[in-house]
Amino acid sequence: MAINWFKYSAPTTFYGLAGKLIPFFAWPAAVLFVVGLYIGFFVAPTDAVQSEAYRIMFIHVPASILSMFIYLIMAGYAALGLIFKTRLSAMMAQALAPTGALFAFISLWTGALWGKPMWGAWWVWDARLTSELILLFLYLGFIALQASIDDPRRADRAGALLAIVGSVNVPIIYFSVKWWNTLHQGSTIKFTGTSMHIAMQHAMLAVLAACWLYAIAVSLARVRSIILEREANTQWVNALEEVRQ
Amino acid sequence: MNWAEFFAMNGYAFYVWGSYGVAFLVFLVEIMLVRNRRKKALRNLRLMRDEMGENRTGEAA
Amino acid sequence: MNKLSLFGLLGLVVRRDLLLAMRRRADVLTTLIFFVMVVSLFPLGVGPEPEMLRKMSSGVLWVAALLASMLSLPRMFSADYLDGTLEQMMLAPQSLTMLVLGKIAAHWMLSGLPLVLIAPVLGLQFDMSPQALWMLVLVLLLGTPVLSMIGAIGAALTLGLRGGGVLVSLLVLPLCIPVLIFGTGAVEAVNSGMSVVSNLSFLGAFLLFALVFSPFVAAQALRISME
Repeated sequence: MAINWFKYSAPTTFYGLAGKLIPFFAWPAAVLFVVGLYIGFFVAPTDAVQSEAYRIMFIHVPASILSMFIYLIMAGYAALGLIFKTRLSAMMAQALAPTGALFAFISLWTGALWGKPMWGAWWVWDARLTSELILLFLYLGFIALQASIDDPRRADRAGALLAIVGSVNVPIIYFSVKWWNTLHQGSTIKFTGTSMHIAMQHAMLAVLAACWLYAIAVSLARVRSIILEREANTQWVNALEEVRQ
Repeated sequence: MNWAEFFAMNGYAFYVWGSYGVAFLVFLVEIMLVRNRRKKALRNLRLMRDEMGENRTGEAA
Repeated sequence: MNKLSLFGLLGLVVRRDLLLAMRRRADVLTTLIFFVMVVSLFPLGVGPEPEMLRKMSSGVLWVAALLASMLSLPRMFSADYLDGTLEQMMLAPQSLTMLVLGKIAAHWMLSGLPLVLIAPVLGLQFDMSPQALWMLVLVLLLGTPVLSMIGAIGAALTLGLRGGGVLVSLLVLPLCIPVLIFGTGAVEAVNSGMSVVSNLSFLGAFLLFALVFSPFVAAQALRISME
């Protein structure tokens, strides 16, 4: 049975598909969160060096990874929209941005709360946290630009250009910040001393998967609203069950 | 299972629960915001439909 | 065919922009005055201790240069956009990329170059050593064009938008951070006696990279904004 993928690149068909898919991502996400945190809190042992505070890692690391991953996916969708002129790609980019920004925020917040007891300051200008902050700025810039442009087509294409320029810059920025950090002999946040206990690895992977599934679920939900907003004048939208009530 | 000890997190309670608390708060807020966005979109669509009357024909999709 | 070669076009655009700017000298001066003021604010804020000021000097001067450049960015395209010249430029058969490069060059000459020239004077306010001052001029010379080039992309994307200069800054500042890091790094290397070669090489690399790509990207951004 061949699936006609291009059928789903139209907002009309994708709307329905997205709606059906959300529970398949949301519920496993919730379960994996519970499982991951259970392992992280009750199975993983106390760390020799960092005592109980290291458990923050189980949310900090997945949030960081997701924030970076989502930015790349967002830029990818934006590029697709720019090249193939598919509206849905641009809508997906728009849907992903707030989720990515919020993960960046969580990463920064948990990073600060981890840093304070471990390294004595609320903000340690280590390379990764600083790069994360700049990533948050890049997200906010993308969101601000799209919010400032009224014409949806211009907003999509301008945002796409910005996202692509941003993604090219992310490695440069990361490298520069790392270099800057070693120059100023800042602290480097190490996770646990040597190797991670197997339970810690499991917990981290479970929460990472949970965050990823959560991000997909939330983005699908958000893109549905975006479709409703942007396709408001079309017949198919007005024929939807939800609207006819 | 000594719950008091568990919540104390060896003295790091503020940091650990502060982290997870805010993280879950963010998730909750995000879900609420997405829900509200959908409600608003649907409300606008219904308003538009009511304004135009029942015989409204939209552009072809 | 076009009698105008690519470099001829470049010269034409630069001369035009410079001429227009000379008729409104205030714009150029306000950027410069802003730069001077911002630099002077820092000692007022943190105290006049020479030791501390010397440490802060390169960072303060660079941040002020960044902000002053951001301030002048909307001017790159807005005047031509408002009176319709930009539209004509885009319809012309000549390369838009070259046109944009010309505009960037003019912008740098009006906003970046004055900063480079006045920075050493301000550096003295911070008790910078002569070697540090020379290095500062060099890195600003290498770095301010990059600011203009990255800024051009931001200015083109935000053409005609309400946010104005603030929105451009929001978009462009994160992208300028590597230039800031290596620019200040070079000056500090001079002060601490370390090698400046790596810093300067990176700045040079950024300059080349920006030179090759940003006029084209900015031209695409203009097309997106003008449709």
